[in-house]
Amino acid sequence: MKHRYLPMTETDQQEMLKAIGVESVDELFRDIPEKVRFQGEYNIKKASPESTLKKELTQLSRRNANTKEYISFLGAGVYDHYIPAIVDHVLSRSEFYTAYTPYQPEISQGELQAIFEFQTMICELTGMDVANSSMYDGATALAEAALLSAAQTRRNKVLISSAVHPESKEVLKTYAKGRRLEVVEIAATEGTTDVQELANQIDSNTAAVIVQYPNFLGRVEPLVELADIAHSEKAMFVVSANPLALGVLEPPGKFGADIVVGDCQPFGIPAAFGGPHCGYFAVTEKLMRKIPGRLVGQTVDEDGKRGFVLTLQAREQHIRRDKATSNICSNQALNALAASVAMTALGKKGLREMAEQNVQKAYYAKKQLQKNGAIVAFDGPSFNEFVIRLNKPVKDVNKRLFQKKIIGGYDLGKMDSMLQNHMLIAVTELRTKEEIDLLVKELGGL
Amino acid sequence: MNKTDQPLIFEISKSGRIGYSLPELDVHKVDVADILPTSYIRQEEPDLPEVSELDIMRHYTALSKRNHGVDSGFYPLGSCTMKYNPKINEDVARLEGFRHIHPLQDEETVQGSLELMYDLQEHLKEITGMDEVTLQPAAGAHGEWTGLMMIRAYHEARSDYKRTKVIIPDSAHGTNPASATIAGFDTITVKSNEQGLVDLEDLRRVAGEDTAALMLTNPNTLGLFEENILEIAEIIHQVGGKLYYDGANLNAVLSKARPGDMGFDVVHLNLHKTFTGPHGGGGPGSGPVGVKKELIPYLPKPVLTKKDGIFVWDEDRPHSIGRVKPYYGNFGILVRAYTYIRSMGPDGLKAVSENAVINANYMMRKLAPYYELPYDRHCKHEFVLSGKRQKKLGVRTLDIAKRLLDFGFHPPTIYFPLNVEECLMIEPTETESKETLDSFIEAMIQIAKEAEEQPEIVQEAPHTTVIRRLDETAAARKPILRFKRS
Repeated sequence: MKHRYLPMTETDQQEMLKAIGVESVDELFRDIPEKVRFQGEYNIKKASPESTLKKELTQLSRRNANTKEYISFLGAGVYDHYIPAIVDHVLSRSEFYTAYTPYQPEISQGELQAIFEFQTMICELTGMDVANSSMYDGATALAEAALLSAAQTRRNKVLISSAVHPESKEVLKTYAKGRRLEVVEIAATEGTTDVQELANQIDSNTAAVIVQYPNFLGRVEPLVELADIAHSEKAMFVVSANPLALGVLEPPGKFGADIVVGDCQPFGIPAAFGGPHCGYFAVTEKLMRKIPGRLVGQTVDEDGKRGFVLTLQAREQHIRRDKATSNICSNQALNALAASVAMTALGKKGLREMAEQNVQKAYYAKKQLQKNGAIVAFDGPSFNEFVIRLNKPVKDVNKRLFQKKIIGGYDLGKMDSMLQNHMLIAVTELRTKEEIDLLVKELGGL
Repeated sequence: MNKTDQPLIFEISKSGRIGYSLPELDVHKVDVADILPTSYIRQEEPDLPEVSELDIMRHYTALSKRNHGVDSGFYPLGSCTMKYNPKINEDVARLEGFRHIHPLQDEETVQGSLELMYDLQEHLKEITGMDEVTLQPAAGAHGEWTGLMMIRAYHEARSDYKRTKVIIPDSAHGTNPASATIAGFDTITVKSNEQGLVDLEDLRRVAGEDTAALMLTNPNTLGLFEENILEIAEIIHQVGGKLYYDGANLNAVLSKARPGDMGFDVVHLNLHKTFTGPHGGGGPGSGPVGVKKELIPYLPKPVLTKKDGIFVWDEDRPHSIGRVKPYYGNFGILVRAYTYIRSMGPDGLKAVSENAVINANYMMRKLAPYYELPYDRHCKHEFVLSGKRQKKLGVRTLDIAKRLLDFGFHPPTIYFPLNVEECLMIEPTETESKETLDSFIEAMIQIAKEAEEQPEIVQEAPHTTVIRRLDETAAARKPILRFKRS
């Protein structure tokens, strides 16, 4: 068997077997009981040469409608944003992508420093004291925030706004089942979390109040009021925030959030059919020693030179085993790097400009649609998404739009039967006026 | 390696520089205060860097030169399977049709992705010998928790609520007990015997009607095949428990033994290890889970199915444990793993485990005269040495690891598994050449000699890295976890 990934020659093999003191490779596998030893070869596709495989998979990829060829107004948690060209060039440095967790700091200063910078940027954006090195995604970060809240408060009820991303709610419910936590949904009336209902539901057994900012319907939640209610019963106030929106919106930290989570996908990370993206997790200093995942800290070496190390590891699974604050080991380091590069490229000014363009373009689209007779549901202050009510099923409308090379918005009826015929439309900085006008025209004709 | 310190990106920032390119706003501009409530409009700008594009590239290039990856040199980090990351995988994952598709698009518009995922599932079923596979979990630990949640759902569906315990060997990865806790179980440790294998007597003692599952890595973290696997399976199944396979070490037994045939009911795989999705400096990974028939109802939803030649998501799964991740898993890593499996084929995968095992045994035999070999028998893809002998000379395993840095190698995993004193856990993988192994062996022999003759060289190592040993105690005592402008 010759293969470009396998350097062992026949001579090598002979020499090595001899050094080991065995006659054949099979001898090395004799400890596998005969009864379970797999005979022969897997019944899978034969090896494909590089060029053939590349061609086949390229053709397969062409059977997907991609958002560079279609005009996409689909968001709902995953967005089509500007990815600076430089991001992928940095990511392609294989010193980063072929390394693992920086266990040996002396030869991992590059990765460690990059994570330290990422942690700093997340703190800056969210207005929090401490951020970790990343989580799998926004949804699992949110679920872990609930677990952290329960552990910190020693309570087992979690209140979550129904205007949180439906898949995040589902993931939370699975995690909650694991730790036997009760999850109660707080209704969103008029498009934002019902403050009165939250006040009614909260009690001394509430570990966390979880809201999304902007919420799943695109609306800006009244964080001031929500935080007050959460803290009135000493529950943790958890905000899941779109980090790009924080370029124009006040950070949750300013409103007293205890934990801020979310997904960095808007920063340099392609949609990639839903993953890998990059969760972030930020907390107040008080929760620093309870935070899940890896943390990088600054220190000095024997000569007093600044350097970076993984730190506060006594929280983690490889030290604490069943008492660890989380079971997370692998995280999303490479995507955290992508997000760092994108945030660096945008910088102070670009972040604000990009965030404001989202606000402006979504607002323009909403107004044009209204002008054209569309009904905007849950109308109010929003970032880059809003809801329109159609007079026919969203699925049918989207089929028609698709013929015009447009990927329409998210069918809200899928998450809530009360929202049949409601479409969630996302308009990012990448959508041109011409494209928005086309959407308005096509929707008008339906 | 680049010895010059690289300032933080914030320290090279200069007001007025930019590194981005956005088009002019082409719609009528409205005052933001007319759109958003004034009290929610950000007042203070976040302190992000202001740098040019070249500044960014130079910064990260400098950082990359201060980092060791598989492409830089040998990386025998035990249990992590640091094999070569094929470049075609990267190219395929970057195809527009895989990179720029939205997870909530109509199924008809993403049939290419669904077909790839479906075919990957079929391949993984054959490789593991399981009946069904979910690709949803994001990493190994996430897969462990997903598998345990399914086991819990299985028991509870039979109104069997007394199964509150998960049995875990003392040599197991830390994620096993951590995942068991998050899945709502208590853990019990089963001891290893003198041969480094699960102690059957102790297993019989701890297994009972409160046993939900046994989690096992096979070969285990000592690199030894649990040759009593059939007895182990019988003990667990007899008391009504399920057998969980931690796939971290699957590289050792590709085409040699399938978890499904060994009696395992649930399996997770680490696609970033065995199947070359790169490790990415810590992630992203991917942790598909395979199950036997009776656990299929509990798979996370949605489940990918084929209906009249069209791939669709089945959301109607009343017994499902629910979602464990938004959307369908780390698709980009799935693409890479699929590309790898298709590049290797059945004979290639067989050669993978054979060569990985030969490499490990070769190194073990060559090093045995110089370091204590706690388990003297054929190993699988990795093996452990103990630095006990060197410790008596005042040289700790940590010192040996640090001295290896001077030779340009990434050290092995150290101080794990916990049941071996001064442990070094070495996994060469199949993608390393004999020449590379020989040079590592030579370095290890030299270090053993230094420990005897000039221990201070080892104790004070590393001598050639960009930075010397770091004060980890200070880092933890007064944590500085972010940059702050003074």
